[in-house]
Amino acid sequence: MTDDDDLGSVFRALADPSRRFLLDLLFARDGRTLTELESELSMTRFGVMKHLKVLEDAGLVVTRRSGREKLHFLNPVPIRLIHDRWIDKYTERNVTALLDLKNELEKPS
Amino acid sequence: MSTTTVTTTQVYRVYIKATAEAIWQAITDPEWTNRYGYGGYVHYDLRPGGALTVNPGEEMQVQSAAMGHQLPDVIIDGEVIEADPPHKLVTTWRMLMDPGMAAEGFTRISYEIKSLGGFCSLTVVHDLEGAPGLAAVVGGQQEEFGAGGGHAWILSDLKSLLETGSRMVG
Repeated sequence: MTDDDDLGSVFRALADPSRRFLLDLLFARDGRTLTELESELSMTRFGVMKHLKVLEDAGLVVTRRSGREKLHFLNPVPIRLIHDRWIDKYTERNVTALLDLKNELEKPS
Repeated sequence: MSTTTVTTTQVYRVYIKATAEAIWQAITDPEWTNRYGYGGYVHYDLRPGGALTVNPGEEMQVQSAAMGHQLPDVIIDGEVIEADPPHKLVTTWRMLMDPGMAAEGFTRISYEIKSLGGFCSLTVVHDLEGAPGLAAVVGGQQEEFGAGGGHAWILSDLKSLLETGSRMVG
């Protein structure tokens, strides 16, 4: 997580739609167990575990023990590092303007 | 059977090419804490029951005054629960900059630093039970309203400062 190689692992982790879906689930409600996450995906428990391992190795998910349960938390710091490194104030404004335009155009009429 | 856990805890982790001692100093020494994130001078009495107070930095005072907001002398207070330099610091934590957040009372925050050979992990766990207003601010959800990017932003800035000697954001 300290070099470009480690940021590479973040991009690779984000490249998979199931893993992005897992992050979306944690963004909506953080601190879930494997069982809770598994119930949201049409995938084997083992498959979900494999995806969570990739997310954990990339630093995007951090686990904490709470009693007998292992809770999964979304760690936004790696994405923040990418943001702070590549999106400066100037481009950020343009990106925001483009996103506003996209949202406006895609708004159901 | 599936149970639903509801958590008000936020967890952040950053990996930094620095010694545990350097990271500890950056968190606990006021001359360092005013150099990244929101700034401000942090004062810890590093023993259980010891006080935590944060005084605003000059930059923060100027910005607040420009927005017509007078900052209190103490913007964050709390009490040390556990201090194990340079690896673990646990305190209560209350934000006093805004009456709404002050009324939410004390939350609990911990910093854990682990040496991993050549670099360290720094994990911040903020238990925000009963403090939804503060949770939104430290979660970075108020950034577009000028409240900064919360813990993720602070840690990104801290990493940049310790690894390169200068801030990434400003």
